[in-house]
Amino acid sequence: MTTFARAAPGSAYTHTAIALHWLIALGLAGTFGLGVYMSDLPLSPAKLQLYSWHKWAGVSLFVLSLARLAWRLSHRPPALPATMATLERLGARFAHAALYALTLAIPVSGWLMSSAKGVQTVWFGVLPLPDLVVRDAALGERLLGVHQALNLALALIVLLHVGAALKHHLIDRDDVLARMLPFLRQRGRSA
Amino acid sequence: MPQPEPPPRFEARPLGALALVAALALGSAPAASAAEFTRIDPAASEITFAYTQMGVNMDGRFTRFDAQIAFDPAAPEQGRAVLELPLAAIDVGFADANSEVQDKAWFDVAQFPVARFESSRITALGDNRFELSGTLTLKGTSHPISAPVTWTGQGTRAVFEGSFSLQRADYAIGEGQWSDFRLVANEVRVRFRITALQP
Repeated sequence: MTTFARAAPGSAYTHTAIALHWLIALGLAGTFGLGVYMSDLPLSPAKLQLYSWHKWAGVSLFVLSLARLAWRLSHRPPALPATMATLERLGARFAHAALYALTLAIPVSGWLMSSAKGVQTVWFGVLPLPDLVVRDAALGERLLGVHQALNLALALIVLLHVGAALKHHLIDRDDVLARMLPFLRQRGRSA
Repeated sequence: MPQPEPPPRFEARPLGALALVAALALGSAPAASAAEFTRIDPAASEITFAYTQMGVNMDGRFTRFDAQIAFDPAAPEQGRAVLELPLAAIDVGFADANSEVQDKAWFDVAQFPVARFESSRITALGDNRFELSGTLTLKGTSHPISAPVTWTGQGTRAVFEGSFSLQRADYAIGEGQWSDFRLVANEVRVRFRITALQP
């Protein structure tokens, strides 16, 4: 991508990158929690409402994640601190790639599961998404397993991601966390 | 003196909750002609329904039902039909929902195990189409309904296809916490395809 080659490594994330990061982070946490909570509820109007909200949020997160991927591919992020070891750089690269992949794959798995179970996804009750798979209860159960496994993977990598950010901030004392949380920089020691 | 075989008559029979019963009603019926369709082929027949749940098109079906008819294409106005559908055989595609719709707020199957349609009038519209009118009794409530029906004959088989809409609130289907139409729409579209056979 030409813009990618031309762009010099920035010293900071753009406001857009920061906003997308936190919007998606909050959205994922809420949608994840809602998904865990709603699945064991007995059938009720509230349960149907929550399922709809979960799906609408999932589609929204997919769109936001696509936008974020497009932003990432067209904007060079700030370089990693020079003090990081090669293995740490590899780990960071892998974890970030996995996070991008999962934020796209998880909504898709939910969408396909919903189609297989016979409930079309209609975004905000207005925009119908096509059913890419036919109604098939057994396939729906398998896709539920896929959806859960991908979410477990996401939860583990988010834990790693958060742990690494805290390690950068508290142990390495570099600006890795502060550049995604600018108020830390304003109030913090490195100004 | 040899008498012609009397036409099948509707007889009141006890209905078990799960029993699939179809009865044939012939009022002052003419003798059954060879061209009259009087039996159905369950394997080639289906009754489904469609509704909207929070903007999503959903559907369900009656896994068991029967319908005997008396329909002579040469005299459609004299045709009659009675359908009885055991409501324990509703399938909306989800185990928890299938159990939910048996409950009091929905079909109250324990008290009203069977839905029944009885025709009152058939009006020929020409071109293998007719208007079927009758009474639908569901959950202890009866309302008139009518449906345009097209039929296609193939030898001794005839396929009757049609649909009609009902308002679920008219029959108190989905009461209490389920009565909000923004959640489950009031309108339910019932579609039927009945394959009938000559005797």
